[in-house]
Amino acid sequence: MYPTKYHKAASIDDAVAALGAGEEALVLAGGQTLLATMKQHLASPSDLVDIRAIDGMSGVSTDGDMLVIGAATTHAEVAGSADVQRLCPALAGLARGIGDPAVRHVGTIGGSIANNDPAADYPAGLLALGATVVTSKRQIGADDFFQGLFTTALDDDEVITSVRIPAASRAGYAKFRQPASLFALVGVFAAQGAGGTRVAVTGAGEDGVFRHVGLEAALGADWSAAAAGGVGVASEGLLADIHASAEYRANLIGVMAKRAVEAS
Amino acid sequence: MSTGIGARVQRKEDKRYITGKGKYTDDVRNESQAYAAFVRSPHAHANVNGIDTSAAMAMDGVIDVLNGQQLTGDGIGNIICGWAITSKDGSPMNMGAWSALATSKVRYVGDAVAVVIAETQALARIAAEAVEVDYEVLPAVAASDKALAGGAALIHDNAPGNLIYDWEIGDGAATDAALAGAAHVTELAVTNNRLSPNAMEPRAAVATFDECDDHYTLYTTSQNPHVARLVLSAFYQVAPENKLRVIAPDVGGGFGSKIFIYPEEITCLWASMKTNRSVKWTSDRSEAFITDAHGRDHITTAKMGFDAAGKIVGFKVDTIANFGAYMSLFSSSVPTYLYATLLSGQYNIENIHCNVRAAYTNTVPVDAYRGAGRPEACFLVERMMETAAREMGKDPTDLRRANFVQEFPHQTPVIMAYDAGDFGANLDQAMAAADVAGFAARKAESAGRGKLRGLGYSSYIEACGIAPSAAVGSLGAGVGLWESAEVRVNPVGTIEVLTGSHSHGQGHETTFAQIVAERFDLPLENVSIVHGDTDKVQFGMGTYGSRSGAVGMSAIVKAMDKVEAKVRKIAAHVLEASEDDIVIEGGQVKVAGTDKAMGWHEVGLSAYTAHNLPPDMEPGLKEGAFYDPANFTFPAGTYICEVEVDPETGVTDIVQFTASDDFGTIINPNIVEGQVHGGIAQGIGQAMLEQVVYDDDAQLVTGSYMDYAMPRASDVPSFSVHHASTTCPNNPLGMKGCGEAGAIGSPPAVINAITDAIGSNDLAMPATPQAVWNAIQAAK
Repeated sequence: MYPTKYHKAASIDDAVAALGAGEEALVLAGGQTLLATMKQHLASPSDLVDIRAIDGMSGVSTDGDMLVIGAATTHAEVAGSADVQRLCPALAGLARGIGDPAVRHVGTIGGSIANNDPAADYPAGLLALGATVVTSKRQIGADDFFQGLFTTALDDDEVITSVRIPAASRAGYAKFRQPASLFALVGVFAAQGAGGTRVAVTGAGEDGVFRHVGLEAALGADWSAAAAGGVGVASEGLLADIHASAEYRANLIGVMAKRAVEAS
Repeated sequence: MSTGIGARVQRKEDKRYITGKGKYTDDVRNESQAYAAFVRSPHAHANVNGIDTSAAMAMDGVIDVLNGQQLTGDGIGNIICGWAITSKDGSPMNMGAWSALATSKVRYVGDAVAVVIAETQALARIAAEAVEVDYEVLPAVAASDKALAGGAALIHDNAPGNLIYDWEIGDGAATDAALAGAAHVTELAVTNNRLSPNAMEPRAAVATFDECDDHYTLYTTSQNPHVARLVLSAFYQVAPENKLRVIAPDVGGGFGSKIFIYPEEITCLWASMKTNRSVKWTSDRSEAFITDAHGRDHITTAKMGFDAAGKIVGFKVDTIANFGAYMSLFSSSVPTYLYATLLSGQYNIENIHCNVRAAYTNTVPVDAYRGAGRPEACFLVERMMETAAREMGKDPTDLRRANFVQEFPHQTPVIMAYDAGDFGANLDQAMAAADVAGFAARKAESAGRGKLRGLGYSSYIEACGIAPSAAVGSLGAGVGLWESAEVRVNPVGTIEVLTGSHSHGQGHETTFAQIVAERFDLPLENVSIVHGDTDKVQFGMGTYGSRSGAVGMSAIVKAMDKVEAKVRKIAAHVLEASEDDIVIEGGQVKVAGTDKAMGWHEVGLSAYTAHNLPPDMEPGLKEGAFYDPANFTFPAGTYICEVEVDPETGVTDIVQFTASDDFGTIINPNIVEGQVHGGIAQGIGQAMLEQVVYDDDAQLVTGSYMDYAMPRASDVPSFSVHHASTTCPNNPLGMKGCGEAGAIGSPPAVINAITDAIGSNDLAMPATPQAVWNAIQAAK
């Protein structure tokens, strides 16, 4: 690891100031990707701004039927939250399936979505549930937040503070794990609620997480595994690598959509 | 409770392993320790036109930056392959020069060109990135068949066409004639996927030069510290043997990858002298993927002919073996004498011919990895048997039985002479344990859930107890493969056994002690095993090829024979009895049929006080022995794998895995079963998960666990392990060896099961979900 300067931010303003002041400052929200990358010398931020100790930055609360999850809330806390289990059990299940126990107890929801790894789980959940990302500057809808591989709408000096997730009437998540990393080779989150029927796919898209219009239409008309299974999923625009061709990913999107509905 | 042969004794070494108290090479920290980091080529093939170390040298805390010109200039010799293979035209193998630090050319991604010695490991690594190397990139090739095809980049000037050797075994004309007359010929093309060994402990070295004595000490992760010292001394000219101590302390797994002497150990020793500092290098996992010798990587086509009754009449095999960029220490023997000699399998085959071409490629060197050649042979033979049975409409077990070797000894046409076995007994035992009779009902039940169920067999044989020295010498080996032991009875009667074997997870401290405790009827805790230090232990050959039981323990038995003879003489003299009447039991040495006895410890004391010894007897009670095996040993057995495939995703679940092994005498069933479990897990890894992938530019794609899939506990079933044993007639304990069998026998059982389930035989390893799904789609 190259030398770096560690800041423990006391407030959001403090964090934003430190991010602006550093030559190449990055937020440390859990570090389950960032620290490993730094150890491999693939990242060398001048400053790390740790936001986890900021008051109100972690924990789950509710606002009516809306889940409000602090950015520094760990995956284990989300998985174990009674509010999440009550209002959106599929999201609790998603959190329970991220990485391994060590990752789940240190990695955070804010860190995951800010990184926007194309194989991460949370982007699919947030996109399908129509979540809103609250930052130090503004509120950003999930449809606008995720902008491609490892790319989000966040500015360099912008800090995610929480995520607001409306409860769904039905939701399910099914993930097919890449055999080596156990990341999502394909993950499909299907949800139905006030925002309509939304189906988000992670792990498969060349541009990262995306909504699948065909599955949304089919499930909007008939929320059933059979309806999901009847949708032809095209392989255009899907990732291809040593673990899965685009065609295999397309097949898995259909199968995982069925299983997500079955799990809902 | 018995602690002798056959007892399930808990491993003596586990307390320190489990509580984190093991002492590994990386735990060694010398005064003023310095750290090495290697500057490695990011290119698969390039000329090195210059190295600029000025930025690195300017960093605070950098002690020195050393390169290959300096290393060769100091007379450090090239790394060699220790087994000479002769091509079928009589020419010697084409071994290209391999300097521990490349001098003018790099040949694979990871090839080291320089080393930074610095005050901390972190600083050494940062400084290594600051070394600027002027590379002139050359075309590269990763696949062995492409390397041998015309027009590929030439990797070593003295290996035209990248061909290392073109070797054959068996009678080609007779085999061709047999195939021409066969009633049925099955043809098969298989690849044996390239694997990365992934020992739990990465390799490491701590080298310390003592300028007062002109002496070197090397702590390193070795399976054979004496062989390391010999090679470092005799071939690499690091130091004379008496000026070099090699210590392999606790070592966290090897699987073959720690047999070989690598550039890093050589460089650390030399750098310690250059800088007059103790120099330490510890690989991380990323570095391990690009420096630890890989395993397997064969491309094979084969034909097997049968007569109308289903008897095999001939077997013709053509194999290309990928050796990577340089010839590692035993690389040449793996696809020849450890592979083609096992192509007879468990079967009586009159005509076998195998041709092997070894190829240089721009990849990590390839050498022995758990099984070493025998998994490749077993996979080919057992895939062939299953495929042939399907083609001929025969039950795969009937076809095997019809061809089993029934009489022993049995001379195959490919050198090996099988000494003992009962292949039918292992097949019977496995079939009963796997409830093969109930398979049809289970398959129907799976079908009702939309799942495809399949059953696959593998009746493996392998050669262990490596090896009779004269025999391997005649085949080109540069060393003898005997083993040594010294049994020291202390004046108080406790015993130390100094063994040339090396334990890196095998549990020798327990099993070796068991045979001593049994022989002299002493408490297990009175026996200690000493190994892994060239200053403590006499020259020994180390541990690989499942040899520590059959060869290492045989040496201990020989030494114990000598100790016992002396004990009898001393006791007979003191007790005034005949040697023939002396009985050793219950901690006493007695005269049978009388009440005359002395304590075991009193015999020890008598030997060392020497107050009352027989005339002409030397004092002391310590005997050494060298044991050279009379033959290989031949562990064998049948594995049955039962799978359930999800046709929607291609996911394969191994629902049952049954093993019936013949390992000869078993010293400790716990340890043997652990070896079988680990071996099968590795075999399942090869069959379903693991694969080293290079892209077209010979860049490593699977450089971390993000892309290289290791088997996890959840990937393997609870194994059903059984034994049906015959005694090996060629060593004193009747042992055959168990360390590699699981990894050798299991891959074909898995692939035979999956191909049975999906109804398509076209499936390569690793059978990942994608590969299985593709095979299902292709068969539609």
